[in-house]
Amino acid sequence: MAGQVSAASEGKYDAKEFAMHHVADAHEWHIVGGLTIPLPCIVIHDGLHVFLSNKMPSAHHGEAAEATEEAHEAVTDNIHADGVEGTMVVEHHETAEHTAHHETYNGFYYSESGRIVHEDGGFTLDLSITKNVATLLIVSIIMLLVFTSVAKAYKRREGEAPKGLQSFMEPLILFVRDEVVRPNLGKKSDKYLPYLLTVFFFIWISNMMGLIPIIANPNLSGNIAVTCALALMTFLITNLHANKYYWGHIFNPPGVPGFVKVILVPIEIAGIFIKPVALMIRLFANITAGHIIIISLVGLIFVFGNAGENLGGGLGGAAVAVPFTLFMSVLELLVAFLQAFIFTMLSALFISLAQEDHHHDDHAEHASAAHH
Amino acid sequence: MTTMTLLGAFDIITPDPGLFIWTVLVFLILLWLLNKFAFGPIKDALKKREEGIADALHQAQKAREEMANMKADNEKILNEAREERSRMLREAKDAKDQIITEAREKANAEYNRIVDEAKGAINNQKMAALIEIKNNVGNMVLEVSEKILRRELDNKADQEQYIKQLVDEIKVK
Repeated sequence: MAGQVSAASEGKYDAKEFAMHHVADAHEWHIVGGLTIPLPCIVIHDGLHVFLSNKMPSAHHGEAAEATEEAHEAVTDNIHADGVEGTMVVEHHETAEHTAHHETYNGFYYSESGRIVHEDGGFTLDLSITKNVATLLIVSIIMLLVFTSVAKAYKRREGEAPKGLQSFMEPLILFVRDEVVRPNLGKKSDKYLPYLLTVFFFIWISNMMGLIPIIANPNLSGNIAVTCALALMTFLITNLHANKYYWGHIFNPPGVPGFVKVILVPIEIAGIFIKPVALMIRLFANITAGHIIIISLVGLIFVFGNAGENLGGGLGGAAVAVPFTLFMSVLELLVAFLQAFIFTMLSALFISLAQEDHHHDDHAEHASAAHH
Repeated sequence: MTTMTLLGAFDIITPDPGLFIWTVLVFLILLWLLNKFAFGPIKDALKKREEGIADALHQAQKAREEMANMKADNEKILNEAREERSRMLREAKDAKDQIITEAREKANAEYNRIVDEAKGAINNQKMAALIEIKNNVGNMVLEVSEKILRRELDNKADQEQYIKQLVDEIKVK
């Protein structure tokens, strides 16, 4: 990887690195060209360390790191050549690797995966306000401002027709309530409506934030940690509010012979976890895929243009990339709404399924009646 | 190296603990705040307004029904009034006819009475006049007879002849 980056810095363009860098989180907010906003780094490692990210050495760009990579490659070759000798060399070079990171800030440097780690190799927890955390805070502030203002409008103009921002948000709120929550949860809708509305608008606004190029497309809802946290909420609500029929169906499926239960129960138990995991992956994959497609289309300009050396190729690339990027961006607007809708819809469905009252005797009677 | 590159490149599929902790924390605070200050009140306000609208519609429906009932009542009262009017007109007409008939009868009776009285008066006058005439005629006859008799009695032959004539006349009757 470091080799590829160094190759890119020598003038070649690596599309994969470019795309992956853009969908990944970062410790600074790179807006355009040389304009980069440093973000606060918060690291727990033998106490709390807080500093700005511009103090950190840039990732993988240090000559020492590169040298280490090259040494590492050499080691790998040695292992293939001669196991015994290789092992020795590995040890030697690994100690070299640790000490090779000359560029550190108080011993902190970016790991391969982009997290802040300490050179002593001890426990570190990177709680930095990264680009995604900052976006998360911005989305939260937007939501608080918008919806408290809407709530005030409801209080001020009680019983009257909506106006302004309130009349813009009301159809959306009613859409979630009447088309997503009520068909699934019925009478229990009111209890879960605030959660589902929060989830819906959080995902939708996050998705749309990722479509704004001027703020460098923060890929918040396309980050698996974020979707994991959201899916965890639905998972907890589903299982903590589940009734006895739900657990009965999982651990003792009714009307199923004993030997089938042996197969069915583990599947049902797996199902408890598969549902939120599917929520997590669906949102992550859809949003990240959209980002990768758009960034790849933009990358075409650099590929055809040979990283700025071939103007004609660059223009040709732009001619292809611009219409496709426009099309994809519009499509992503639809996907942004659709994925928020699907996540909310499935959350409502999972919650309602765990609270459904089953009347097996009735079902059995109906079934037998139908057969006769 | 290849595996490492792939894993490094696809680092996006391993959840970052820092971001995960931040998301859980921020989302829970956001959920609590929005529930307390935004979606909770909005949900209640929407429900209240919908109930208000449903109530208003219900009231309107009731008012419409009442109006229909009132209209029916009005129609009934109007019909009754119309019937009353036509009955009164009929009665008035009957009364009028009766009055006219009575008046005519009375007038006839009065007329007849007046005519009878007049007739009676005329008869009386006539009788009185006749009596007077008779009386006058008698007197005149007496005077004339006296004069004639005074002159006639002077002539004996004529006297006898006249008496004879009177006697003849009596015989014829």
